[in-house]
Amino acid sequence: MQALSRDYYDFFGLDRKLTLDEEELRKRFYDLSRQWHPDRFSRKSAEEQAQALEATSILNDGYRTLRDPVKRAEYLLKEEGFPIGEQRSKDVPPELLEEVFELNMTLEELKSGEESARPQLEAAKQNFGRVREEIDVELSTLFLKYDQAEAQSETAKQALHEIRGVLNRRRYIENLLRDVDRALNPSAAATVPLEEQL
Amino acid sequence: MGAFQIDFGESRKSKIVGIDLGTTNSLVAEMDLTGPRIIEDPEGRKIVPSIVSLAENGKLVAGEPARELLLTRPERTVYSVKRLMGRGVEDVRDELKLFPFRIAEDSESVIKLKLGNRTFTPPEISAAVLQQLKDNAEAALGVPVTEAVITVPAYFNDAQRQATKDAGRLAGLEVLRLVNEPTAASLAYGLDKRQDGVIAVYDFGGGTFDISILRLHDGIFEVLATNGDTHLGGDDIDNLLLRIALEDVQSEWGTDLSTDSEGVQRLRRAVVKAKEQLSFVSESTIELDYRGRKYQRSIDRALFERLIAPIVERTLEPCRACLADAKMPPEQIDEVVMVGGSTRIPLVRAAVERLFKAKPHTELNPDEVVALGAAVQAGILAGHVEDKLLLDVTPLSLGIETMGGVVSKLIHRNSTIPASATETFTTAVDGQRNVLIHVLQGERELVKDCRSLARFDLKDIAPMPAGLARIEVRFLIDANGILNVTARDARTGKEQTVEVKPSYGLTEDQVEAMIRESFEKAEEDMRERQVREARVEADNILAATEKAQKNDAWFSLSQEERKTIEAAKRELQTVYNGNDHHAINEKIEQLNRATTKLAENMMNTAVRGALKGTKID
Repeated sequence: MQALSRDYYDFFGLDRKLTLDEEELRKRFYDLSRQWHPDRFSRKSAEEQAQALEATSILNDGYRTLRDPVKRAEYLLKEEGFPIGEQRSKDVPPELLEEVFELNMTLEELKSGEESARPQLEAAKQNFGRVREEIDVELSTLFLKYDQAEAQSETAKQALHEIRGVLNRRRYIENLLRDVDRALNPSAAATVPLEEQL
Repeated sequence: MGAFQIDFGESRKSKIVGIDLGTTNSLVAEMDLTGPRIIEDPEGRKIVPSIVSLAENGKLVAGEPARELLLTRPERTVYSVKRLMGRGVEDVRDELKLFPFRIAEDSESVIKLKLGNRTFTPPEISAAVLQQLKDNAEAALGVPVTEAVITVPAYFNDAQRQATKDAGRLAGLEVLRLVNEPTAASLAYGLDKRQDGVIAVYDFGGGTFDISILRLHDGIFEVLATNGDTHLGGDDIDNLLLRIALEDVQSEWGTDLSTDSEGVQRLRRAVVKAKEQLSFVSESTIELDYRGRKYQRSIDRALFERLIAPIVERTLEPCRACLADAKMPPEQIDEVVMVGGSTRIPLVRAAVERLFKAKPHTELNPDEVVALGAAVQAGILAGHVEDKLLLDVTPLSLGIETMGGVVSKLIHRNSTIPASATETFTTAVDGQRNVLIHVLQGERELVKDCRSLARFDLKDIAPMPAGLARIEVRFLIDANGILNVTARDARTGKEQTVEVKPSYGLTEDQVEAMIRESFEKAEEDMRERQVREARVEADNILAATEKAQKNDAWFSLSQEERKTIEAAKRELQTVYNGNDHHAINEKIEQLNRATTKLAENMMNTAVRGALKGTKID
């Protein structure tokens, strides 16, 4: 039996790049699924079945991580020794301080039943949605910077450092957007897309 | 039994079957050279009604005989038990108003149902249905059937899946895989041959509703998202019509039929018949002729559709949520597949077509397509089908209870399974030996809004100051959608004991005990049968001997020989009423030996007689 790598990039046989081709990743996911899925081991020994289960769980967990740019970056940061904070950062990015303060006031108003706060919140939602889009553009630029730098080089480390900062900012925005969504639509809390619950 | 295992156990000549264990009906199918095929019972019926009754001899009977007993012995009969699988008494309060379930007083985390004077858990009831399917398959295939793929609603939670697996074990079936019903249906349709694309499977059955969205690519069926309602189905439509009919009867006859179980069951049948007709004709009649009184009410399709519109609407909400989770606008769905008897209803078809903007597939019989798909999956597991592979997801997020009654999510819904997550736990007090982990399933944030699955007790932690222990716990959802938890001490690498206390299910010990009991019952049954068979044989030989004693040949024997026969007869008569078939058989053998010469002499007399042309007997 071959030893299984728990490293997602290794398992998929991919270079440790932050920019990934989604189609290529999916193709490898399907190929590896064909190779490892427990359905293929139903008539094999208990040992082989256990290994198939183990392999497929690494494969599936890895696919979930690598196909999402944010999760992919968080994973690579952790592996390269730049762990992102365990919990969501409470520090308000300085450039957003004023807007966030105002948003929190409006949120309180709506929660205490002032429906007049609703349009303001809708606007804030749009606004922060745009900020998130900008962050995503920034991220893809930084991904390229990292990918083009030599592994372990100062440039690479610098890029990772910057990515970590951007990711923290993004996470902060995500949480804000989630709070706004909840305030606007309390009953739909259960159907908020997963990414925003993270 | 023993010979069976010796003959077939090693060489695995047995066949893996696919089983659709439905709320209303169940089917079993196999994969043969030409493809999946439904297995019929000896009378040529494909469908086994999921109805179970406690027969007079104390045994559970399932299927068609139980359907008859539902009318004559409703207090010993139960149906739609799938609604109770993996659930607690509190969960089913609402159902009890609509279903004649008689819950035993001593029900705890697992519901117990009263049938006559005995009680059974839902897995035991389901096992009776599975047993019937197993018997049908063995009779039709001529080989033992000990392994099965069983389908479950995609939206079934861990406890409901576990209960289904338990039912399989109780029926003597190793459940090689639990497959989600909509995904099984997509396998049966074989849409992968036609194209790569995205399909939606809309599965509206007797008691459950599921929607799944899949991407098909070169034989891979990748589920992108699934959603549903495990308590929404054709049953709800029946109950709605039944309520109206009961009110009618009350006002026309002046009697409350709802307290008369037989009357209710007859009226239910009439209502179901009218409902089914309305899928093909524009008007039908609910007709009841009961104890000399008649009730008739005609219902047209327009009224029917007005009545059921809210129920149909309830299926669309999960569809929308599923599309959102799959990140697919309805326009990107290439094909829609319809599964389950309720999709015969024109209003349902129209609603689905409107939502997905695609004409739904209805080519395959919606009652059979799930079982056929289960057989395809059985073929995959047996290695006979190599070009297809199903990648399914977990329908509900899995989390653990943290401070303040909040759920911390570990594995998110719609994650491809097998899926895993690892968490490290520590102790809160010095010398603490146990850590209790409460695992839940659901999308909400608070423990009280999620479904408690089980409490896992990490035991025998080495005593040390608070916060120093490092217990790494791995949560793994397997390909059946069932959670497995393992733990190890991160410092020593030693496996840590985990004791599972399911919130709404049978413990491993309980299942074991039930299996033991059923084995004992089976042995008892077998012994009884052997005694009965031995007595029949004894009757035969005793009658033959007595007849021979009137024959001339009897007098050709010596006195000694006649004495021996008389003695052997008496000895057989003595053991005849005992319960030891060995003793009876032994004495039969003894009498047989004693009468060998007598038989020979008779034979000779007969031959001589025949030669002389004399008629003997």
